[in-house]
Amino acid sequence: MLIDVHAHFYTLAAPRGDWQHVNATRLAVGRRIGITAHVASILGTWGARSPVYFPSRADVEHANDAMAALSRAHPGLVYGYCIVNPNDTDHALQEAERRLHGGMIGIKLAASRRANDPLLDPIAALAAGRGVPILHHVWQHRRRDWPGQEASDALELTELAGRHPRARFILAHLGGGGDWQHTLRVLGDVPNVWIDLSGSGLDTGMLEAALATVGPRRLVWGADVTLDTGWAKLRYLESLGLPAADIAAIRHGNAESIFPGGCFQ
Amino acid sequence: MIVDVSTFVGPYPFRDLPGRSPDDLLRQMDRLHIDQAWVGHLGAPWHRDPRAANLALERLVAPHAPRLSAVPTVHPGLPGWEGDLAAAVAAGAPAVRTYPCQQGLDPAGPEMQALVLAAAEHRVPVVLTCRFEDGRQAHPLDVAPLLPAAALRHLARLSPEARLVITHGDRFLVEEVHFGLTSAEAATLLWEFSWIWGPPEDHLALLLETVGDRRFTFGTGMPLRIGDGAVAKLDLLEAPDDRVRRLTGANLAEWGK
Repeated sequence: MLIDVHAHFYTLAAPRGDWQHVNATRLAVGRRIGITAHVASILGTWGARSPVYFPSRADVEHANDAMAALSRAHPGLVYGYCIVNPNDTDHALQEAERRLHGGMIGIKLAASRRANDPLLDPIAALAAGRGVPILHHVWQHRRRDWPGQEASDALELTELAGRHPRARFILAHLGGGGDWQHTLRVLGDVPNVWIDLSGSGLDTGMLEAALATVGPRRLVWGADVTLDTGWAKLRYLESLGLPAADIAAIRHGNAESIFPGGCFQ
Repeated sequence: MIVDVSTFVGPYPFRDLPGRSPDDLLRQMDRLHIDQAWVGHLGAPWHRDPRAANLALERLVAPHAPRLSAVPTVHPGLPGWEGDLAAAVAAGAPAVRTYPCQQGLDPAGPEMQALVLAAAEHRVPVVLTCRFEDGRQAHPLDVAPLLPAAALRHLARLSPEARLVITHGDRFLVEEVHFGLTSAEAATLLWEFSWIWGPPEDHLALLLETVGDRRFTFGTGMPLRIGDGAVAKLDLLEAPDDRVRRLTGANLAEWGK
C-alpha cells in the first residue's frame, strides 16, 4: 500500500487547458508507482476567479464540489480534503462540517491566515472533534511574507498544535521550499504534528535528518505537484536499509493512523 | 553506458552536506547503476581563485579514473586563466566548469565570451550551473542570481564550435533559450535534466517532444540532491530504449565529437 497524503487535482475552472490531462496523468502514474490512495485537495479555482491561497466562498465551494465528485468517480482510490478559508469563519466551519459529513477525510488549510492566528482555533477544534487531520501548507522557515500567500512555518504551526493537543496536523511538503532544517529543529517534540515528505526538493540528507529528528512514525509519504520527486524520495528511503515496518509506516501505516479509522479499507 | 555530467565532491559553503567524498559518490553511482561521472569541486564556485580546489579535486578523483573524471573550474576573470584551461585539456578533462554568477562576472560578458571561444578551440565543453539549491531555501549570503536565459543565448551564438552543458535548469529556461536560437546555435547546447519536472506536469516529456531528445543528457546533482531524482524521471518517462540510451550518454558522446 502507498498513500499519498498530499495530492492535488484541477477542474474546468482552473486557468489551464490541460487540466483533464494532468488529472489523468496523476492517476496513471500513481498506478505505476503503486499509489493506493490519493488524499487530495483542489485549491479553489487555482487563481482563475480568486487567489489560490485566498479563495472566495464560491471558489471554496466549487473546489470542494469537484473534489467530492472526483472521490465518487474513483471510490477507494481518491479521497478528499475539504478546503476552507478561515477568514470567512462561519462559512469555513459550515463547509467543513458539511464536507466531512459527506465523506471527506481531512481539512486542508493553505495560506489564507497565519497558522498561529486564533481564527484557526475553531477549525482545529472541529477537526479534533471529528477525528480528522489538518494538512497545513507550510513554508519551511518563513523569513518574510511572500507574495500571494499568508504562509506559516513550523514554529507558527506548532503554536496551533500546542493549543489543540487532540488535533492531528500534517506539516506540508518538507521538500516544498524553504529551509527544512529549521522545521526539523522545531518539530522534535511535537507529538501531534506529522511531516509530509512531499515537494520538489530532493536535498541529500533531508530524509535522514527527518528520520533522526522525529522517527519513522511521524513521517508520511506524499508527492504534492511533482510525482517524480515523490517517487524519487520513496526509492531513496527504501535504499536506506530501514526495517520493513518503518518503511510500511511511512508508505501507509502512519497515514492510516492519522485519518479516520478504516477509511482506506 | 550512463554518464552523469553533474556531480561534485568537496565541501559546500552553505550547509553540512553528507555524501561528498568520492567513495560516497561511487556508492550512490553503484546503487543507481551510473557508469561514469563528471565531477566538479563544490567549493570552487566560491573561491576567489579555483586553482587550489582544482588540485584538491584532482587528488580526490584521480584514483577513481576512468569512472570519475575531474572537471576543473576555470575563472575567466583571473589573469592566466588560459593556462588553467590548457592544463585541464592537457589532463584530459572531459569539460571545464565555470560559474559567472558566483564569480561576480557578467554571464555574457567579455570574460565569459573569451572562455567559451577558447574552450571551443580546444574542443572542450564548458559546464554551466543554473542553480545549486532551490532559491527558497538559500542561505542569506547565497545571493548569486540564476543563470539568465539571455546570457545563454548570447554564449550559444558565439561560435558553432562552442559546446555548453547547462545543468540544473528548468523547463522555462530551456524553452526561453532554445526557441531563441537557430537550430545550429541550439546545437551548441546540451541540457542536463535533473531539475526539469516529471509527471504529472510532464515538463521533461514535453521538452523531449518540442525541443527534441538529442538536446538532453543525464545528470543528478549529487551530492546536493539525491540521485534518485533524475533516475525517477527516466523511470516514469516510459521511453523506448533508444531514447533512454540517448538521454543517458549517447547524446553526450555524439555531441562531444
